[in-house]
Amino acid sequence: MSETKKLHIENVYKSYGDKLVLDNVDLSVSKGDFCTLVGPSGCGKSTLLRLILGQEVSDSGSICIDGDAVGVPDVNRGIVFQRYSLYPHLTVLENVLLGKYISKKSWFMPWKAAKKDHEEAMHYLTILRLQDAIAKYPHELSGGMQQRVAIAQALIMKPPILLMDEPFGALDPDTREELQLFILELWEKEELTIFFVTHDLVEACYLGSRLLVLSQYYTDDRGNKSDVKRGGKIVADHSLQRVASSTEVKNSKPFQDLILSVRNDGFDPQIMQHVKDFNLKHPDSFYTLTKEEHG
Amino acid sequence: MKKPIFFGLHADPTKKIRIVLALIPFIILVSAYLIASDLRNKENPDDKLLPTISKMVASVEKLAFTENKRTGEYILWQDTAASLKRLITGVGLAAICGLLLGLNMGMYKGISAVTSPFITFISMIPPLAILPILFISFGVGELGKIVLIFLGVFPIITRDIYLATGKIPREQVVKALTLGASGFTIVYRIILPQIFPRLIDTVRLSLGSAWLFLIASEAIAATEGLGYRIFLVRRYMSMDTIIPYVLWITALGFLMDYLLRMLVKKKFNWYLPQVK
Repeated sequence: MSETKKLHIENVYKSYGDKLVLDNVDLSVSKGDFCTLVGPSGCGKSTLLRLILGQEVSDSGSICIDGDAVGVPDVNRGIVFQRYSLYPHLTVLENVLLGKYISKKSWFMPWKAAKKDHEEAMHYLTILRLQDAIAKYPHELSGGMQQRVAIAQALIMKPPILLMDEPFGALDPDTREELQLFILELWEKEELTIFFVTHDLVEACYLGSRLLVLSQYYTDDRGNKSDVKRGGKIVADHSLQRVASSTEVKNSKPFQDLILSVRNDGFDPQIMQHVKDFNLKHPDSFYTLTKEEHG
Repeated sequence: MKKPIFFGLHADPTKKIRIVLALIPFIILVSAYLIASDLRNKENPDDKLLPTISKMVASVEKLAFTENKRTGEYILWQDTAASLKRLITGVGLAAICGLLLGLNMGMYKGISAVTSPFITFISMIPPLAILPILFISFGVGELGKIVLIFLGVFPIITRDIYLATGKIPREQVVKALTLGASGFTIVYRIILPQIFPRLIDTVRLSLGSAWLFLIASEAIAATEGLGYRIFLVRRYMSMDTIIPYVLWITALGFLMDYLLRMLVKKKFNWYLPQVK
C-alpha cells in the first residue's frame, strides 16, 4: 500500500536531548492532496516538515516519498520557506530558472536560457502575475511578491511533493489572502501534491483538502504522570470538501464549527483526548499504536 | 517644528552645509600649517621642518617631472610603480586565498574544524614581529615584502569571509539542494557570487594595514618604493619630499578605496540594500 502513496510516514520519533518532539507519528498522503498541518507552538510541526525535507534525521521510523526512503534534501521535494528562499544576487527570472541550470550542469551555467525553460518559467510567472517584474532583484519586491517568486522557483522543478513551511507567515492579512488564492489556483491547475505547515488555524482550514492537526495535548494508556514523556502526534485528520475558492467561506457556519472542533482537539491544553478517540476520518489515516499507548 | 542645522540630537544638516562642515577641519589644518611655516621661514629661510608650499612644489617638480640624469627615470613614478606592485600582489593573493579558504570553511564544517583554530592563532601573530623571520627566510627582495603583506591581511580576510559565509541562511542551501544542485555547485555557483561584494568590502578595510606593512618593509630594506624614499630622505630632514609623498600615498589609498566602492555600487547593486 505504501508504494502508491506520495508520502508515507510510519512510527517516526524525534527528540532533541531530553525532549520528545514527535511521538510515534504515522501519516500517509495521496497524490493530489492539499495537506495542511496545523498545531499549537511546540507541537513539532516544523520538525516534521524538516524530517520530510531531509534537513534533519528522525530517531527511528521510516519516511518515504513515492516508496523511496528520504535522504538529504533533493529534487524529490520542493520547498518554500517563510523567508530566505530567494537568492539576492539573481533577478526574478534567474531565480526561477536557477533549478533548470544547476540541475543540468554542475559547474558551467549557460548564459542564455534554453527557449523551452524560458517559456516554462514565464508560464509560472504569468500565473503568479509576476511577468512585469522578471528583471527585478528580490530586494525590490514586496514580501508577497517574493513568496510568489519562491513558489514559482520551486514549482519549475515539478517536485513530486511541494513542502511549504509557514510560507505566508510573514505577510500582512490582505497579501496573505491573495496568496492563498494563488496557491489554490496553482494546486488545481497543476495538480500538485502540497504539504503545507502553518500555525494559522483559519488558513489551514481554508486551504487544505485534508487537514491534519498535530498536538502534544492528548493522553493515552500510559496516563498523565509527569514522568511520561509525550510528544506531538496527529490528533485529528479531517477530509475537507473543496467546493468554492471564495474567501467568503471563512465566515460560514460549518467553517466556524470546524475551527472550533480543531481548537478543542489540538490547541486546548485543558482538553486531553485519549488516543483511541482521535478523529481520524480521512481514508488515508492510520495508526500504529504501541502496547503502552493503547493495548 | 524646524530641525536645527548643527546643534543637538535632532540636527539634520542639508547637503550643502554638510560639505562646508566637512571642509572645515581641512581648512584649519592647512591654514595652521601655512601660518607656522611662514613664521619659521621668515626667521630662517633654510628651515627644513616646515617647508613652504613653493619648496614642496619644487621638490615634486624634481621628483615627478624631471628625468633622473643617471638612470633616465622619474623617481616618484618609479617608486609608485614598485610600491603598488608589491601592494597589489600581496593584497590580491591574500584576497584570492582568503576568499577560497573562508568560503570553504564557512560551507564545510570539516574544513573549518581543521583550519579555524589555526587561522585564529595565525591572525594573533603581529606580522611586523615576524618581519625579521620573513626577511631571513624569503630574502630582502620582493618576495619578503609580499609575504609580509600577505600574512598581514590574509587571516583577516579569511575570517571575515568565513563569518559572512556562515551568515548566509541555511534555507538557501536546502533550497538549492531541492532544485537539484550538487555541493560543488552550491559553494561556487550560489554562495561565491553572493560573497564576492563582501570580499571587496573586506579588501577595502584591509588596505589600510596593507599600506602599513608595505611602508614598514620598504623602510627596512629596499632600493625603491614610496616607503623607501620617505625613510631615505629622512636622513636629510627633507620634509619638502616627505610631506608630498605622504599626501600622495594618502591620495592613492583614497583612490583605491573609491574605485572599489564604485565597483560594488555598479556591479553589485543588490548587495547594498542588504548591508543597510
